[in-house]
Amino acid sequence: MAKSIDVSDLNIYYGDFLAVSGVNMTIKARQVTAFIGPSGCGKSTVLRTLNRMHEVIPGARVEGKVVVDGQSLYDPSIDPVAVRRQIGMVFQRPNPFPTMSIYDNVLAGNRLNAKKMKKSEADDIVERSLKGANLWNEVKDRLGRPGMGLSGGQQQRLCIARAIAVRPQVLLMDEPCSALDPISTSAIEDLIHELKSEYTIVIVTHNMQQAARVSDDTGFFNLKATGEPGQLVEFNPTKKMFTNPDNDATEAYISGRFG
Amino acid sequence: MSGEDTDMTQTPHDTHEPFHTDPSSDLSSHVPLTKPQLPAIAVPLAAAVAWGLSGLISLFMEWPVAGWVVLGWVFFVLGMPAWANAVEGRRKATDRLITTMVWTTFAVAMMPLVAVSWTVIERGAPALTVEFLTSDQSGVIGVGGGILHAIIGTAIITLVATLISVPVGIMAAVYLVEYGKGNRVARVLTFLVDVMTGIPSIVAGLFALALFTLLLGPLPRIAIGGSIALSVLMIPIVVRSTEEMLKLVPDELREGAYALGVPKWRMITKVVLPTALGGIITGATLAVARVAGETAPLLLIAGTLRSINTNPFDGAMQTLPVLIFSEATKGGAKPEYLAAQIERAWGAALVLIIIVMLLNLLARVVGSFFSPKTGR
Repeated sequence: MAKSIDVSDLNIYYGDFLAVSGVNMTIKARQVTAFIGPSGCGKSTVLRTLNRMHEVIPGARVEGKVVVDGQSLYDPSIDPVAVRRQIGMVFQRPNPFPTMSIYDNVLAGNRLNAKKMKKSEADDIVERSLKGANLWNEVKDRLGRPGMGLSGGQQQRLCIARAIAVRPQVLLMDEPCSALDPISTSAIEDLIHELKSEYTIVIVTHNMQQAARVSDDTGFFNLKATGEPGQLVEFNPTKKMFTNPDNDATEAYISGRFG
Repeated sequence: MSGEDTDMTQTPHDTHEPFHTDPSSDLSSHVPLTKPQLPAIAVPLAAAVAWGLSGLISLFMEWPVAGWVVLGWVFFVLGMPAWANAVEGRRKATDRLITTMVWTTFAVAMMPLVAVSWTVIERGAPALTVEFLTSDQSGVIGVGGGILHAIIGTAIITLVATLISVPVGIMAAVYLVEYGKGNRVARVLTFLVDVMTGIPSIVAGLFALALFTLLLGPLPRIAIGGSIALSVLMIPIVVRSTEEMLKLVPDELREGAYALGVPKWRMITKVVLPTALGGIITGATLAVARVAGETAPLLLIAGTLRSINTNPFDGAMQTLPVLIFSEATKGGAKPEYLAAQIERAWGAALVLIIIVMLLNLLARVVGSFFSPKTGR
């Protein structure tokens, strides 16, 4: 059920501004792929093109190909809504829907798509998703309370539960731990390890230790020069990246001698 | 002698540190954090003195009450900062002066509000009887009867205006914020809405009059026309308030919904609108309160009537503002008729103010009821 993603010659624009140029990579199924690199080099931008969230921003457009399961995502006949149902996303800041309870937040993806289901079926989905996100034990007694009442780390795990409740094939995570404390971070990293068996996961992170801990493959992004578009400098298995990178810039960044 | 003086001023509480003699070592020098302060009683005391003094002068000069108040204020504004300057220093004196000014402007701003409320309650309250609220003016000559027909008329015309303008206004705002973001159509629309906000109400009345003259012939009198005129005034208010509320909904929620594979229209109806619902309802209710007291357009198109009419599509309908206008301006055949008409106008004014106030309260309650709950 999990899918691999092939990206070829991807150029991403915001209006006339070329943000990222010439990205080529293959994201393997049932693996964790991490994107690292300095701020503003286009990691999140590339991530958002993988489920067509990029075009939500006015003026944003894409050249090149993103192929999932033999289908090119930017083909004119592709429905972006259908793409996003298959490729879920978790954001940097937790964003539970403020008008909904914990229970309804988890079911939001199903309910908002007007999927009719029985009460028992809905209960099953909520329990399975919250267990999958390591949140069930903390909230099982207060499913009717507002989702906004949870702590930041719990809210983020609620958002992950919401994303996996619709059973996507790929899960994109945009710095999911950047607003969280070390304990919540480790809970989410454990979760990523568990989710790997079922989903293809792509994670953007500023934390190189985190990339080393959770990922199988790593892509290093950097700006060509100040004012130039971002690019994918190196894409390799994480072990190789962190021990013997091909590119000098990668080594400089990873070892902390950035330049 | 002078050298000893300098030492004393730089370390004034130095007596218990006899070994500390070097003024250049700032680390251990004592900086006093206390300053002389006026006691809390100073302000009422100064006020009592200022207005007491003013009272003596007014009595002596035989001035009216206003003179006493103003002169006392002048004494206070000059005296309080001067006293503070002498005891507490310049910064505190400035603070006292500005505080006095802020309170003064607040009092001046409150004055008309209190005066209007007081006058309306004082003159309108005697008129409020059971008969006044439960009967109309049909068959009444001069004294007696009530304003039920006008209360019902105001309720119906405003309700129909709300039914027209709230859906239109909300949908226009949804277009402006969610679909037209920054494009040419949206910019033109926003400009037109701003222009519409400033339309004089009589122009809205003329618009409705012209419209129904085309449909029904010359000099139409029809209540639905009043509703249309009022909705011309309401729509821009609803659009503006809804637009601001929709802009407050964080983009993260929209992206969260998109990322779940939710189509845009469902994202708007199930996530954005519910999140902003409290504010939207508050804005709509305030718009209703704003137009409930409109007179000019209703005078032009809804006309006036002495009995109850509950069908907005059939003929004239009396409303509270129009009733106030006509009762207060028509001459009486006998002096006691005139007095009864004036009392009726004040009573209707009080009822209108109470209705608007209740609507405002309702807006607050509804707004807090529908706003997103944090559960904390």
